[in-house]
Amino acid sequence: MSEANPNRCEGGADRSGTDPVVRVEDLVVEFSTEKGRIRAVDGISFSVMPGEPVGIVGESGCGKTVTALSVLKLIPSPPGRIARGQVFLDGKDVVPLGEREMRRLRGNVASMIFQEPMTALNPVFTIGGQMTEILRIHRRMSRREAREHSIEMLHTVNIESPAKRFTQYPHELSGGMRQRVMIAMALSCDPKLLLADEPSTALDVTVQAQVMEEIRRLQEERRMSMILITHDLGVIAETCRRVIVMYCGKIVEVSDTRGLFAHPRHPYTSGLLASIPKVREKKIERLPTIKGMVPDLADLPKGCRFADRCPKATARCRENEPGLVEVSPGQQVACFYPD
Amino acid sequence: MNEALVQVRDLKTFYPIKGGFPRRVIGQLKAVNGVSFEIPTHHTFGLVGESGCGKSTLGRSLLRMQPITSGEVSIAGRDIRRLPARELKRARRDMQIIFQDPYGSLDPRFTVRQIIREPLDTHRIGDKHFRNDEVFRLLEVVGLRKGVADRYPHEFSGGQRQRVGIARALALKPRFIVADEPVSALDVSVQSQVLNLISDLQKSYGISFLFISHDLAVVQHISHEVGVMYFGKIVEQAPAEELYARPLHPYTRSLLSAVPKTDPEAAGPGIIVKGDVPSHLNPPKGCPFHPRCPVAKPECAMREPVFQAPSGESSTHKVSCLLFE
Repeated sequence: MSEANPNRCEGGADRSGTDPVVRVEDLVVEFSTEKGRIRAVDGISFSVMPGEPVGIVGESGCGKTVTALSVLKLIPSPPGRIARGQVFLDGKDVVPLGEREMRRLRGNVASMIFQEPMTALNPVFTIGGQMTEILRIHRRMSRREAREHSIEMLHTVNIESPAKRFTQYPHELSGGMRQRVMIAMALSCDPKLLLADEPSTALDVTVQAQVMEEIRRLQEERRMSMILITHDLGVIAETCRRVIVMYCGKIVEVSDTRGLFAHPRHPYTSGLLASIPKVREKKIERLPTIKGMVPDLADLPKGCRFADRCPKATARCRENEPGLVEVSPGQQVACFYPD
Repeated sequence: MNEALVQVRDLKTFYPIKGGFPRRVIGQLKAVNGVSFEIPTHHTFGLVGESGCGKSTLGRSLLRMQPITSGEVSIAGRDIRRLPARELKRARRDMQIIFQDPYGSLDPRFTVRQIIREPLDTHRIGDKHFRNDEVFRLLEVVGLRKGVADRYPHEFSGGQRQRVGIARALALKPRFIVADEPVSALDVSVQSQVLNLISDLQKSYGISFLFISHDLAVVQHISHEVGVMYFGKIVEQAPAEELYARPLHPYTRSLLSAVPKTDPEAAGPGIIVKGDVPSHLNPPKGCPFHPRCPVAKPECAMREPVFQAPSGESSTHKVSCLLFE
């Protein structure tokens, strides 16, 4: 790599600021469906500080992926649209920005990696072709510089024989390797923020562990902010410093990771922690469950969206929706009767 | 009867690999390469392994949904391999399957009633009234309301669809069910509901299950015995408590340590296995796990280990590893 290191973003060197890298204010994202307009994300606010790994956890339909896509304005529009709110990325509200400006930010200030590495990589281009494309666009590197830098990135994510992989096509690599290529591509321009949407879910358990270790190591080394989206609380425990729990388009709990696991406040969080299949010391006869199922976003009940499934729900819960309230430093809950 | 309900001896299922020019058979993909185990009545055998290890092929081979290359399979006293087609149809009443994909395994053009009734229609069980009554009964058994019988699959969530799949599998009152990753596609909070249901069904109806999963956490609580599969063979097998308390094979240990722990205080990543699952076109010599094994010795590349109970261990805990020979 050259001395002058063209790989740092202008302003990207400051990883220790006090301003959040991402600040979401009252975000509402709507989708037009056959059942009418639904709100996949219904008024959420949160921030991510420089160098901080934050997890967003929740089950299908909770809005976590839509939230991440909103940060980079990747919501397919139509049928989706950001109906309300602001999303500050590196201090600038991206909601009013056009595609051209967004393209300058994507892959540069913030990058995203997805669950299915096969569909995210273009099958008709070589790995090298796809990696150098980013560098030549965002960093204006020459072909040779881009190639060197890309091979270096492949090496950074522990891909063996990086020069050989550089010339291969995605189908010639295994799932785990493809995901590493995605990570290498996402990190090429040294972004301030990495968004990772279920990056290891589609991979085998042993490969999952490898890939998550890679992500964790790189996040720490580069002091990059990270928004990690997953349904897997175990992955959160090992990688994130803070956790946001979402349910039906709303944030129901925010906490530092230790606090969340040691003392979950929202009944949904407790239920989730108790019911996920995990390897326990002793066999148990019946697994704890959360009764019922996630409501249809097109047909939401009045009041708290979790009331139907909540062991503590009262009449008040069915009439009014609880707001997100700070219950102790760093811990917020949306519940009238938090634990 | 002392004989186990399901007996499998040295089962092998190979697929021909075609290639070259002109196209002919150039090799064999040994999806299941010599597997033996037994499942007594009222018992669940958890079969765990990652993608490509052969577990799904194994499950399907037992039901003869996949042609068996060699070995013996006996279910409820019947020699599955040698059954003539006519008797196979009759035998299938005793053995059913629950699929992984609740979205792909139900015909979108059929109502739930038609889906659950289909096995009864195919085997001409009872008359129309009986079959309709059975549909209602089965819906209740799996925790769905009778009123949903005339809805279509797309109107249900994944967890509910899986319940429909289970109701269908129960229709013929089978004695043995192969559950192929039945909860993998479901949200985590729904997984435990379905696992509890499967456990209840076993207690109520005495069904034996082969529960296939890639997730050791899922099978721990419902299995009586667990087998870990790698590259077509079972590499470790033991009663469930024993396997989780004292995993021996390095692959089992890495699978257990790879399950992310929900306790942030617990130590870091544990044993991280390097590399990827080997290719069937180029199988490793000696022990198939040795290229990825964190504790492999030079001998491991030369000799295949024998699957047996190590001395000092109970005879029900078998492992295939040179470290224990």
